[in-house]
Amino acid sequence: MTVPSRFGEYGGRYIPETVIPALDELAEAYGRLKNDGDFRRELDGLLHAYVGRPTPLYHARRLSRELGGARVYLKREDLCHTGAHELNNTLGQILLAVRMGKTRVIAETGAGQHGVATATAAALMGVPCVVYMGEEDVRRQELNVVRMQLLGAEVVTVGSGSRTLKDAINEAIRDWVTNVANTHYIIGSVVGPAPYPAIVRDFQRVIGDEARRQVMEAEERLPHEVIACVGGGSNSIGIFTAFLDDDVRLVGVEAAGEGLDSGRHGASLGRGSRGVLHGSLSYLLQDDFGQVQEAHSISAGLDYPGVGPEHAYLHDSGRVEYDAVTDDEALEAFSLLSKLEGIIPALESAHAVAYALKNRDRYREGDIVIINLSGRGDKDVHQAARAMGLLK
Amino acid sequence: MSRLEKLFRDRRKKALLMPYTTGGYPDIDGCQRILEAFIGGGADVVELGVPFSDPLADGPVVQASTQQALAQGVTSDDVLELASRFSGRVPVVLLVYYNCVFAYGVERFLDAAAEAGIAGIVVPDLPVDEAGDYLESCRARGIDPILLVAPTSLDERIDLIAANASGFIYCVAVAGVTGARASLDDQLPQFLGRVRKRTDVPLAVGFGVSGPEQAAVIAEHADGVIIGSKLIGLVSEAGDLDAALGSVKTFLQDVNEVLMK
Repeated sequence: MTVPSRFGEYGGRYIPETVIPALDELAEAYGRLKNDGDFRRELDGLLHAYVGRPTPLYHARRLSRELGGARVYLKREDLCHTGAHELNNTLGQILLAVRMGKTRVIAETGAGQHGVATATAAALMGVPCVVYMGEEDVRRQELNVVRMQLLGAEVVTVGSGSRTLKDAINEAIRDWVTNVANTHYIIGSVVGPAPYPAIVRDFQRVIGDEARRQVMEAEERLPHEVIACVGGGSNSIGIFTAFLDDDVRLVGVEAAGEGLDSGRHGASLGRGSRGVLHGSLSYLLQDDFGQVQEAHSISAGLDYPGVGPEHAYLHDSGRVEYDAVTDDEALEAFSLLSKLEGIIPALESAHAVAYALKNRDRYREGDIVIINLSGRGDKDVHQAARAMGLLK
Repeated sequence: MSRLEKLFRDRRKKALLMPYTTGGYPDIDGCQRILEAFIGGGADVVELGVPFSDPLADGPVVQASTQQALAQGVTSDDVLELASRFSGRVPVVLLVYYNCVFAYGVERFLDAAAEAGIAGIVVPDLPVDEAGDYLESCRARGIDPILLVAPTSLDERIDLIAANASGFIYCVAVAGVTGARASLDDQLPQFLGRVRKRTDVPLAVGFGVSGPEQAAVIAEHADGVIIGSKLIGLVSEAGDLDAALGSVKTFLQDVNEVLMK
């Protein structure tokens, strides 16, 4: 069973020669194990009993009324153990790592959710874990730093470059190049060199597989639209994959930050150009000489100047529409969803909600809309409260 | 036969001395003076890096130098212009991350490199199976596309790289990033022996080389010694550039001595 290394022209393995054998080994092991009965049983068992899957598809009635009577469903990834969708991927990858005989795992993290999910999976399997996190993100998400430490992980603060997710990935790759013999790098999104984008997609597609089944049970038809936020793009690929062959509108929402024309945003597809970052060819924010630019978003998970190569492909093919919402619009949605539904969303997920609110005039009575609520907002309360003037 | 191949073939030394520095570090003029010190110290080839925002094959010393160069607005064009001032005197090998080439336009970048007299180009994040037409595009312009092998490379991989190599093969001395190390990996002679057995293309060794003793060991097994972080460290740690240039030159002369037959 081979694992694709390209999506159209995007993807590939633009990475130092030292780790090429490890990528070959990973692709071989994953190709062998992805449909292996024992592997699937162990992973599915954990997804059920440990993560809490399937997560509910919740009919949000009060939010629906805000959207012209469309029937709005929230896919409740916020109810996963650790509070977001990331654990789907880290459990899959740690089982792979253990079967490959690796005795140490590393990860990068932006908002801290992937770091927490990796530290959690590592604790579960008793594997030493190091998480790289940009200095700026350590400051913004200190609670998640403590969570990772409680889970037994070592958190390394990265002070180089823009001191955010991009640089944490660079540092994780440097560690991996150095310790590749015994270490597996658990990448947190559908980015990086092949076979990572395909592996992470496969571990996250459970979101869409469940949602498709659940909406068919509830409504006996497919949704009109599925909306998800896009940083690196793992929760969105996770929910889109099951619907790619259906007549369903798919919308990826990037971070417009302080506005697309402000130069301070994270819209790699909306405003970026083709280029190579972190091992794959995709879209990224860069200058004329290929220097990667800093992204900006109020949401640390969307504060990334690149995007997964499969998104680049889905963007060019037109199968998925990509749009962007600003920090302010996301904050408004954050606040509104909390009041309307009693659900505090992650600021990342609030971008998907904000897109629906912004386009409310387009929805018709009876339209079915699924929004991927990729994570809960506890981690963001402090920052959101400051931005909304509730705290100093 | 390319300029580099000829240089390796006709050498009267055990191994060529190939110092590296980051283009535009500490600034354009300072970099020019460092390159002069390289030549004064006996460099047979000079390697010049194009600063990149995300140098994931580099350790802290080279990273800091690229950040400083970028902070001053140094561009690919500036580095090529700098290279053109030296390429008539000594072969210049460019070290550039793939996105800088891609963003410039591969063909256009290679035209500019050829115009600047570049003898070879190392792209640390472009493994042979992603290179495609790039290798031929380089050779068509008289530029050697330099490929890397690592201690982790399996024999069949080494064969693939050797079959596509020209100029020399860049042998990465350790699994890791660039940066001076106190000692070489014990496995290095064995690794170099493994590569040597499979190809006649000259081998140059870099990553972690920090002094004459290590250079002497490498010269027994390879045809070129690449030193980067150690030299950039001499510059960044020194109070002023004049003092640094003196120590760079002396250091290289000491290394050069052990490379003589």
